[in-house]
Amino acid sequence: MRPLTATRRHRALPRDPAPSKWKYKYQRMMLTPGVRGMLRVGVPLALVGIIAVSWYSHEENRVATVAKWEELKDKVQQRPEFMISEMAVTGTDESLSAQVLSALPMTFPVSSFELDLEAMRKAVEVLDGVRSARVRLGDAGTLQIDVNPRVPVALWRDGETLRLIDEEGVFAGFAAARAERLDLPLIAGDGAQEHIAEALSLYRDAKPLHDRLRGLVRMGERRWDVVLDRDQRIMLPADGPVAALDRVIVLQQANDLLDRDVAVVDMRNADRPTLRMNKEAADALRRVSSD
Amino acid sequence: MGDLYDSQRAMRNMRKAAMQRGVIAILDIGTSKIACLVLRFDGPESFRAADGVGSLAGQSSFRVIGAATTRSRGVKFGEVDAMQETERAIRTAVQAAQKMANVRVDHVIACISGGRPKSYGLDGAVDIENGLVTDGDIGRVMAACEVPDYGAERDVLHAQPVNFALDHRSGMADPRGQIGNQLTTDMHMLTVDSIALQNIFFCIKRCDLELAGIASSAYASGISSLVEDEQELGAACIDFGGGSTGISVFMKKHMIYADAVRMGGDHVTSDISMGLSVPMATAERIKTFYGGVVATGMDDREMIEIGGDTGDYEHDRRTVSRAELIGIMRPRVEEILEEVRVRLDAAGFEHLPSQQIVLTGGASQIPGLDGLASKILGQQVRLGRPLRVQGLPQAAIGPAFSGAVGLTLFAAHPQDEWWDFEIPADAHPARSLKRAVRWFKDNW
Repeated sequence: MRPLTATRRHRALPRDPAPSKWKYKYQRMMLTPGVRGMLRVGVPLALVGIIAVSWYSHEENRVATVAKWEELKDKVQQRPEFMISEMAVTGTDESLSAQVLSALPMTFPVSSFELDLEAMRKAVEVLDGVRSARVRLGDAGTLQIDVNPRVPVALWRDGETLRLIDEEGVFAGFAAARAERLDLPLIAGDGAQEHIAEALSLYRDAKPLHDRLRGLVRMGERRWDVVLDRDQRIMLPADGPVAALDRVIVLQQANDLLDRDVAVVDMRNADRPTLRMNKEAADALRRVSSD
Repeated sequence: MGDLYDSQRAMRNMRKAAMQRGVIAILDIGTSKIACLVLRFDGPESFRAADGVGSLAGQSSFRVIGAATTRSRGVKFGEVDAMQETERAIRTAVQAAQKMANVRVDHVIACISGGRPKSYGLDGAVDIENGLVTDGDIGRVMAACEVPDYGAERDVLHAQPVNFALDHRSGMADPRGQIGNQLTTDMHMLTVDSIALQNIFFCIKRCDLELAGIASSAYASGISSLVEDEQELGAACIDFGGGSTGISVFMKKHMIYADAVRMGGDHVTSDISMGLSVPMATAERIKTFYGGVVATGMDDREMIEIGGDTGDYEHDRRTVSRAELIGIMRPRVEEILEEVRVRLDAAGFEHLPSQQIVLTGGASQIPGLDGLASKILGQQVRLGRPLRVQGLPQAAIGPAFSGAVGLTLFAAHPQDEWWDFEIPADAHPARSLKRAVRWFKDNW
């Protein structure tokens, strides 16, 4: 008879679960930390890299990328928040402002990304009348240029031209005529611009003579002559010119020295001030003394 | 013996390297099952200096992160019988344990249950040179032990110093730093068949694993299933395995004797298979479900269907009473226990202060075995289960895993063996050249 409990028979032994040698080795390899890390990080990275490189190796893709990039960049840079619409120059007078504006030829509006502020600052600072300048992006789309102008302290006559120079002896512009800047002393002579400080101290010292003072002349690039009207001249030594000038002023105040008919007061030898008189005065003196 | 010294040292270094990496595998190659545990050494104790207040066997320094068991193939009497089969079974267990642990394991500590283990007690004595015992003296006294001729085809598996005596003070655990004139030691040496050992080496090597230590399975079962006072006062651990039954005797926390009976649970199964003429798989099932060693009146009435697959109704509907089954099993179990008794008597077990006997191993789960064992072995018999270690799955805490758990303790905290001490300087071959030079200098 057929067994009624056919399902209860013993099953055959289960299949041998042993892994094959290669499967075993493979599983061990996949459990190695280095291999796991490489599969998790290295392989995706390499795949992305290969795709990127193969896409980028086509010329049209490269061009398209660059174009797209430029377009995006322009879109951001041309936003109204970044546009500059005017230029403001502060800290200077009209004529220098006009010079500054003409030194920076620009067409507004312009994006602030396209401005090279450092170059603009240098362009402004090469102007004669500018000592230093600050260029910055100001409020409400203005390009703010703060100019620190050179202050002329003297006029320097060089042949027919009159130049303005500041206290460092640097050229700060032209003057059309002496009458334009009567407040400034006039200096002349080779090397005069390198000794402005001395000239200014002499000028201040010669205050009592201001109504007669014509100018200061640098002689032989080592000493000063003070030139007065009526062609009078005070020759000062190279050493201690201020003290020598003081002595002349004291003589003037005591004896009205310079009001007399004197051509030259020679103070070059401090021990022995020497006067040179005009010819008529000398003749008259000689005549009086011979009588 | 220098060769052995080197190979055991190499295994110790391998174990150290594995501890450095923090992952080590345990492989219990038995006759009926192969168990693989993957340990990770990251417990609180592994990062703390040993200050003497740690757990008993260092079991809190690791946890089990992978465990797998597979049916053993190609192993007989605890020895490799068919190498390809064994290798496949090891691969199965290791792969499953690795998968569970999700780490790759390279180092393995294995145990050997067969190989006809044989114990030797050695003793040696040396004079202490400068009155103070140093590490070098320990190495020297071990080298001074007289090694018996244990045969060419055998290898030393364990060589543990079990006792030190300094002059007339005996029973020292650690004589270093003490003052005395003569240091003597007792050493327990366990040898097994070289061939069995080589086969296990080779099997593990073919699985791309490095062997980081090897221990006797009787020893491993003992350290996991004997509690501390039993180890201290004297006890025997009987590890009923599938193909062999291991015996280890402990005293003062050292193994002093180990042996194995080449019979086990598989022989009971084959007896049932022969007695009832059923296949081995059916016999195994009947044994585990209905087995026992003490018959009662109730067992005469409990009928077991033993089944069959022949299609012959009479044959396939056979039944057998449980008393008959017990009648088949009991003589074989008794035989095993008698054989154990003979070995214990030969070892002088009755002279120990305490004669506790602990039954463990898969076959110790036969109901009524403790009662039968107490009749044959002595009154103090209990069933032992392995120590609880962290992370061990529920399926692997039974007595069948006492060998594997013992190996985890062996991995975490190995006992000092002969090769853990520095080899004495004059035993180095490099020294002999120097001695020859000195001889020339002295004599010419």
